[in-house]
Amino acid sequence: MDFLCGIRGRDFVMVCSDTSAVQSIVTMKQDEDKLVPVDSHRLFAISGEAGDRVNFSEYIIANVRLYALRNGSQLSTKAVANFTRSELATALRKSPYQTNLLMAGYDEGSGPALYWCDYLATLHHMNICGTGYGSYFVLSMWDKLWHPDLSQDEALELMRKAVAEVRARLVVAPPKYLVKVVDKDGIRTVAEL
Amino acid sequence: MARRYDSRTTIFSPEGRLYQVEYAMEAISNAGSCVGILAKDGVVLAAEKRITSKLLDTQAVGVRREKMYRLDDHIACAVAGITADANILVNTCRLQAQRYLFTYQEPMPVDQLVRSLCDTKQGYTQFGGLRPFGVSLLYAGWDKQRGFQLYQSDPSGNYGGWKATAIGANHQAATNVLQGDYKEDITLEEAIKLVIKVLSKTMDSTTLSPDKVELATLSRDEEAGKVLYRVYEPAELKPVLDAVNADMTKEKEKENK
Repeated sequence: MDFLCGIRGRDFVMVCSDTSAVQSIVTMKQDEDKLVPVDSHRLFAISGEAGDRVNFSEYIIANVRLYALRNGSQLSTKAVANFTRSELATALRKSPYQTNLLMAGYDEGSGPALYWCDYLATLHHMNICGTGYGSYFVLSMWDKLWHPDLSQDEALELMRKAVAEVRARLVVAPPKYLVKVVDKDGIRTVAEL
Repeated sequence: MARRYDSRTTIFSPEGRLYQVEYAMEAISNAGSCVGILAKDGVVLAAEKRITSKLLDTQAVGVRREKMYRLDDHIACAVAGITADANILVNTCRLQAQRYLFTYQEPMPVDQLVRSLCDTKQGYTQFGGLRPFGVSLLYAGWDKQRGFQLYQSDPSGNYGGWKATAIGANHQAATNVLQGDYKEDITLEEAIKLVIKVLSKTMDSTTLSPDKVELATLSRDEEAGKVLYRVYEPAELKPVLDAVNADMTKEKEKENK
């Protein structure tokens, strides 16, 4: 039962994911990092079928790196998001990837950006978003608490509240969570909950 | 025996030359000239119209705009050489630009468009049985990474970025004038005057008229964040040409004194 969520703050994006690797009804391990860096200032939070998840994210990341090598400039978060969407959409009618993802990034100029994308290749630019059953408990709470001038400390507090809510309410709540932030300095881990 | 290396584009001569490619470049040196100048607030392109006849329907497609093509919202080009070949290249460019937009939902950076077209052009100098495109292009564009840009490409697939450049007939003479008169931080308005002046020196006729010249500018509306592409209509072109013509006659009179 993957759980991903993200918050766009004043000058950063914060994302949280559970760290469970699940196979059928068995938990394989508790230290799976589903927050994968795309380049220095962009990351995917990616959930779904384990094989598809890794395969698809590696494919996109390789293409984003190839673009950077060929053109001497990095793709913006918007460009990465739309490229990812188009790849998912192309695959959808052939051999679909069972993956939902959040894309977080920070661009010089346009600032932080957070995108939500499901396995049917629906893309949305969001302030707060989440996937999985856990998000049903979180989004309504964040609707009340989120504001555009959010600081990193406030956002981390929102993450703690969200995880507490998931733990309290979700039958199949994962035990461990990882929180990362993307801002002008790049990507870093801020908490393990 | 020299002919042995002429007939095929893909074969080097013993001196290490590709004759067909060189001939293609030569063909362009006889075509109507195009001049481009990169200003601090825009790019200006001017081209010489060779076909002038009073029987010509000046409003017909392909006559009204002979050499200026818009490739995307933010890129335009002027062509010198075989127009039929140019149409194919322009089509490829437009397709590439829209493909990029479709994939990334962002306008294609200018240098990437130029490079993608030059890859196509280069292919025709290497793969057998095909003639290279007899076209040189001047590209004017704006993108958020590098601002205003001016590029030139030739049939070999070489390309480069320029502050001011010319292609077509008498391009060497035009480049000389540009080298003398170009100054850093030139404004679009000054660039328009200069480009017309340069064009008049490459053309046979002494005075310019609107039916012999095409003029286009690419600038930006900073407030709306939009790139503006403007092709001058004959009525708009006339005062610009008249002003330059007057300046030139004054200069000549000075020289005579």
